[in-house]
Amino acid sequence: MALNTLDSGTKNLGNAPKLKSRSNYGRNADGSRPTAVSAWISRLVMLVVLVLFSLPVYWMIISALKTPEELAQFPPTLFPTELRWENFSDAVTVMPFWTFFRNSAIITISVVVFSVISNFIVAYGFACIEWPGRNKVFFIVLATLFLPFPVTLIPMFDMWAGLGFVNTWVPLIAPALFAGGFFTFLLRQFMLQTPRDMLDAARVDGASEWSIAWRIVFPTARPAVTVIAIFAAVGTWNDFMGPLIYLQDEDKQTLSIGMEVFRSVNSQDVQFNLLMAASFLVLLPLVILFFIFQRYFVSGITLGGFK
Amino acid sequence: MSASNAVAADTPRTGTSGSAADLTARSGPGARDGTTGGRSGKRKLTGREKRNLRVGLLFISPWIIGVAVFVVYPLVYSFVISLTQYSGMQSPTFIGFQNYIAAFVDPLLHTAVGNTVYYMLLAVPIGLVVALLLALAMNRNVREVALYRTLLYLPSLIPMFALSFIFIVFVNPQYGIVNQFLGLFGMPATNLLGDPRYAKIVMIVMAQLGAGNAALIYLAGLRNIPETLYEAARIDGASRFRQFFAITVPLLTPTILFNLITGVSGAMMVFTEAFIMTDGGPDNSTLFYMLYLWRNAFSYGQLGFASALAVLLFLFGMLLAGLIYWLSRRFVNYDVSAG
Repeated sequence: MALNTLDSGTKNLGNAPKLKSRSNYGRNADGSRPTAVSAWISRLVMLVVLVLFSLPVYWMIISALKTPEELAQFPPTLFPTELRWENFSDAVTVMPFWTFFRNSAIITISVVVFSVISNFIVAYGFACIEWPGRNKVFFIVLATLFLPFPVTLIPMFDMWAGLGFVNTWVPLIAPALFAGGFFTFLLRQFMLQTPRDMLDAARVDGASEWSIAWRIVFPTARPAVTVIAIFAAVGTWNDFMGPLIYLQDEDKQTLSIGMEVFRSVNSQDVQFNLLMAASFLVLLPLVILFFIFQRYFVSGITLGGFK
Repeated sequence: MSASNAVAADTPRTGTSGSAADLTARSGPGARDGTTGGRSGKRKLTGREKRNLRVGLLFISPWIIGVAVFVVYPLVYSFVISLTQYSGMQSPTFIGFQNYIAAFVDPLLHTAVGNTVYYMLLAVPIGLVVALLLALAMNRNVREVALYRTLLYLPSLIPMFALSFIFIVFVNPQYGIVNQFLGLFGMPATNLLGDPRYAKIVMIVMAQLGAGNAALIYLAGLRNIPETLYEAARIDGASRFRQFFAITVPLLTPTILFNLITGVSGAMMVFTEAFIMTDGGPDNSTLFYMLYLWRNAFSYGQLGFASALAVLLFLFGMLLAGLIYWLSRRFVNYDVSAG
């Protein structure tokens, strides 16, 4: 299945911008004019789902703005009568929020940088150099996509413990140095489209593979590189199990565990308004990232849609 | 390097350097592979091929190391440790298949398997349908569709731990709105997360907020269906309903398969929400397989038993992937590609 469908993935790349194109504007995917009824049904479906999806988020935001008294009211109020903005400043002081935030940021940025570099190099080896046997080896990359991570959990923990790296960020960051899996797959798909003539011309001119990779291919692969950088960032920022297993000291902890510790320590009297304010602050960088790189989010996912 | 040999079983077994004699010995597998121009039979690699092989392997060397350390080694290690009694403190003692036997008779594990299967059987099909519905709606170019796509995708970004906190408040009988709403239908205020009947349901509903990812993948699949097929169907007088089941669904099967596999593997490893929201309770009703595995490994210090659970999960995953693949050969349609 794999190699045949790889091509549909590549093809899909060409179609991805279509999502944004306006040539089909006002028409259905099949080219017909939508009837008023079907358009309204679509709107209705999207609106209903939107309301259902937004409700929990709305509840987070208003809870983050309520006073403790109002939060304790029954029945709960739909609109806070008094907006307590201090919840945000309190949330970052009742727990070492900025320490967690900084730790998450350092880990995330390191993982993004290492993932981009290592996956790009490996994908170049799979896409731009024709060496005997490379397609067979690439099958192994595809096979590793299906490996459930729990089976690696305990051996990895034992390994990092043996090397003395538990309670450091090394186990969370180091794997990004070694590429592989989905990111390599995505980048390779994209880089296969690099015109061979261009590569050969550079080789004839005596450029080394290394400089071809970074000076010619890397700039053209920028959309795909952006996509994997975003995915790596979101995945690392949202990671729960990794920090849960490897980090113990509070001053090394990430947001995901830090906030959970804050909640469970105060489990008798959790200040939910502060917890919601903190949750909002956790979300904020991702939302900003999303709005900056929106079209990459969409194209990246549609790119990955066909394996 | 033994590990990388094991991985690259039918690939040129070489490091990044080697003498010409080595290359001659290895030319067999490389040549049979036929990727360099289809010339078959045993032959020596040309100078250029040798160079490419060397450089190519050099470029993928980070991956080779990674796959050895992070895939092959853990797989072998997991299996070996699963045959021992091992707490992480003392050295492992070999006990054969006792961990596996213990797993099969462990009533808590039965509960965990039951919970996980329950979650999977509900969350995966619901997820597939919700995402497909969204994608079909998004595929109609109503004027403000880009806005909907953006807003509907956004919740997929919420980290599971944050979403868990949000839902703790959202369904809280005192602070939440959900009970208010259910009250309209005459349901008494219940602590949904504290009731074994509802705790799993809350998590299944919560998982739907991530539907944006799958919906975008469906959307890409829908865009890849050739428009000519619909035109032909319309000329033949096929109804919209008929078009959906005769064209859209069959041509979307590869995408459905992809979303099915992602959904199933995600459901197999459901963990964070149960860890944060209920800690497996109430009455073990959200004790999922992954949570039980995690507890055995990191709370009870039974690394051998936990490894056995990991190996079983791995085997089950492979079995399921095989089954899905087998089904796909019967139902998935790769005949018509886009364009």
